Amino acid sequence: MLEKMKELIADQLNVDPSEVVESATFEGDLGADSLDLFELVMNLEEEYGIEIPTEELETLKTVGDVMNYLKEHGIEE
Amino acid sequence: MLTGKVALVTGASRGIGRQIAKTLAGLGATVIINYNGSADAAAKVQEEITGEGGAAACYQCNVADHDQVKEMVTWIVKTYKSLDILVNNAGITKDTLMMAMSEDDFDSVVNINLKGTFNCIKHASRQMLRQKSGRIVNISSVVGRAGNAGQANYAASKAGVIGLTMSAAKELGSRGITVNAVAPGFIATEMTDVLSDKQKEMILKNIPLQTLGSTQDVANAVAFLVSEEARYITGQTLSVDGGLYMG
Repeated sequence: MLEKMKELIADQLNVDPSEVVESATFEGDLGADSLDLFELVMNLEEEYGIEIPTEELETLKTVGDVMNYLKEHGIEE
Repeated sequence: MLTGKVALVTGASRGIGRQIAKTLAGLGATVIINYNGSADAAAKVQEEITGEGGAAACYQCNVADHDQVKEMVTWIVKTYKSLDILVNNAGITKDTLMMAMSEDDFDSVVNINLKGTFNCIKHASRQMLRQKSGRIVNISSVVGRAGNAGQANYAASKAGVIGLTMSAAKELGSRGITVNAVAPGFIATEMTDVLSDKQKEMILKNIPLQTLGSTQDVANAVAFLVSEEARYITGQTLSVDGGLYMG
């Protein structure tokens, strides 16, 4: 798993990093509201220097979804 | 005081926007004077601000253009490292009775007054979310609350601004961003200069304070809403109209 991403998510959502597992859903398991997700995406964009289109937000339901998205865009660590 | 704050005021080359820009700069904010057509007037506002020891820059951009607004906000954040205050003031009128109102009369007014406000909030709030603070003030109008014959397009756009204000306040409140509107009544500007004396007389009859407002009256309300003192006020529309509309 991408450690930096895990850290970012835990930080943004104020949860323990151990809860940030691939299957965890943002809204259900990690207690994120829609603004949290938006902010998380902004932070990921900054961290990895990519642009995630707003339309993609709806497809990013779980930690695994974000991980796969980053991988698809060439980010492995 | 607004020392260290960065403020974007749209439509700031003339009228109410100009006075808001000067007032915020006078309180210590660095002001970006957005304008669309009036480059000379904008440069003059900048000169007046810097002449009094304030900080200001001009930026040309049509607020109705989604991508241009994005570029403007990106430029501000890149140049000044923050964006703390947004005043959506840019607006136009194309008055005529509805029967004579062309589709373009309607669209252009709504595009600048309402969609322009949306565009600026959308892009600026991104940065404000990052900062976990921000102040947004949208300039509405008394006619957005009371309606006005001959101004269906303008009134609709300004009523829309109030709905937008309340929605944005609900979306952004949890991140320390306040969003309010100011609804000026009849303010002495180029926009109201075109009224005949008879029209002005008629209007004054309905204003309890019996006088036209000044651009400074509006700027004072904006200065309050963007201040730390107004931290617990959001989603509101503050009328600055001499009592013309009491809702």
